[in-house]
Amino acid sequence: MRAFVEGVGLLGPGLQGWEAARRVLTGEEPFRSASTIIPASELLPPAERRRTPVPVKLALAVGQEAFQNAGRDAAHTATVFTSSSGEGETLHQMCETLASAEPEVSPTRFHNSVHNAAAGYWSIATRSREASTSLCAYDASFSAGLIEALTQVVSWRKPVALIAYDQPYPEPLHSARPLLASFGAALVLTPEATGRTSASFELEFLPDEGKPTRMSDSALEELRLGVPAARALPLLEALARETEGDVVLDFLRETRLRVGVSPC
Amino acid sequence: MQPLVISRFCVANGLGSGSDAMLRALRGKRSGLAPCHFDTARIDTYVGSVLGLDDFRVRPDLGEYDCRNNRLAQLCLEQDGFALEIAAARDRYGAGRIGLYLGTSTSGLHATELAYRRRDPTTGALPADYRYAETQNAYSLGEFVRRYLGLTGPGFVVSSACSSSAKVLGNAARMIAAGICDAAVVGGVDSLCLMTLYGFHSLGLTSTGPCRPYDVDRDGISIGEGGGFALLERADRVEPGAILLLGVGESSDAYHMSTPHPEGLGARIAMQQALDSAGLEPSDIDYINLHGTATKSNDASEDKAVFEVFGGRTPCSSTKGATGHLLGAAGITEAIVCILAIEHGLQPGSANTTSVDPALKSNYLLENKHAKVTRALTNSFGFGGSNCSLVLGVAG
Repeated sequence: MRAFVEGVGLLGPGLQGWEAARRVLTGEEPFRSASTIIPASELLPPAERRRTPVPVKLALAVGQEAFQNAGRDAAHTATVFTSSSGEGETLHQMCETLASAEPEVSPTRFHNSVHNAAAGYWSIATRSREASTSLCAYDASFSAGLIEALTQVVSWRKPVALIAYDQPYPEPLHSARPLLASFGAALVLTPEATGRTSASFELEFLPDEGKPTRMSDSALEELRLGVPAARALPLLEALARETEGDVVLDFLRETRLRVGVSPC
Repeated sequence: MQPLVISRFCVANGLGSGSDAMLRALRGKRSGLAPCHFDTARIDTYVGSVLGLDDFRVRPDLGEYDCRNNRLAQLCLEQDGFALEIAAARDRYGAGRIGLYLGTSTSGLHATELAYRRRDPTTGALPADYRYAETQNAYSLGEFVRRYLGLTGPGFVVSSACSSSAKVLGNAARMIAAGICDAAVVGGVDSLCLMTLYGFHSLGLTSTGPCRPYDVDRDGISIGEGGGFALLERADRVEPGAILLLGVGESSDAYHMSTPHPEGLGARIAMQQALDSAGLEPSDIDYINLHGTATKSNDASEDKAVFEVFGGRTPCSSTKGATGHLLGAAGITEAIVCILAIEHGLQPGSANTTSVDPALKSNYLLENKHAKVTRALTNSFGFGGSNCSLVLGVAG
């Protein structure tokens, strides 16, 4: 399955936007981990901005960056959202309330608790009535999103945006499921090369175990392993370096993905 | 799209376990809804609960996945000879060539609700026996079923609220068309938890009685729990009478997080796309299984959308008065209702509804109608404005 990369968005610790992160991923600048700064989304009206949970802001921010870089209108593009963690802060607040003597929950919090909250806000913000899905495959959530996005591109012959994001949980959930940092990555993928295309992906599903591509920088490798959405890093590194080659991504048990990356 | 054969399915919900139990209930227009006594919930509402889950245990080798949602998943997989059929499919295709695409909205969230009651009084820590990955995470259902059925192919969980387990049929169709897998198990499971009971209650959307879709006095939903699974295969050699997935349509409302578009715009797009992908006209559909949640706003906007696409003649009904709203399992369950409608020439009348809202213009069925169903459409709409319509039919 083949698709072309038209735009990239990225936010992570010390990876503040795709342009800045590219210099780190090519090795021009050293990786210095710092708290991920998640900007308030300009896409939403001010009242909605205040009510949106952090994972939604993260997803909207990387999605918006990818579309800006692609120069494409989000209103006419299908989306694949993928996240292992979903809406952690909201989950925590609701479980605390439900365990209390007064289990009356907030209606806004309830609709913000769904795994597809980011997709819902995105659709409202971009006025997109295109198909949108919200996936989870635990640590393999990025690979799940990538294979679904590529499948949509080849099935529909239309552009599709992949938005992967994970936000660490508050305690006590954090101890049960520690995530290293806030991380979001987005790719706008098209069926044909366009004026903004930077590379193509040739994706193959392989029904066996194999070693995934690692990051040569040990701190970036720690990040890759520490956040499911950061499993995108080797693919992003290949895009940043504009080198031709294969990237192998972990998928579910006994499976993996091979992505042939070719700069265009 | 290329049609796919639905060669086997299984179902379990408040109407009973197995498709025979469900068919009997539909034939008798029986409702599985009863006053809510779930866990510590103190809400004046009705629910469709599955009996026996409290004492049910998952297969011992999968004990770490034990939670209400995965119990319900296993109970469902044990029905209708489904697990045996998948074992045969595994031999036919190879375990790695069968995809697994499942939907859920809350997965094993009730395990987290229970763990939050047992936090350490000084540190606030969750109990040591709490297992996040195997219960709470949305993919818990996927990995549990993958292990239970011995599959090693591609897959994931879709969690787009109440459209989840309708959308997975689209995922499977695309993956099979792209050659990523040769067949796929699709389905969905959602189980009762406090979050959805109190959450829908906080929105003023739970009925105090059994829900009455399309009724002039409808006053909200009844939450239910349930599961359904189906095996999808390529339709290369189709026997007459085989059940087919013919079309899938997916759209977004771009309107509001928890209220449907008042004119049913997203719903209309999903239905039209499902018809287009099946290469069918609205007049080709013999029965529509509505989303029909029994909230004022859903039924009004869905009715507008259905009338816009189909006019007022196509027989339609919601089966949520029988099952309750199964949330992430609603899509697959109502696809199975459509299969039963096709196989048995039964257009199910709406349980609990007594007087159709005169403002609604669709041809809504209060009583069972015995008529040939060659093609049926089913709607599933969710929070976040996520819409999905499916078209099913029978091979001639």
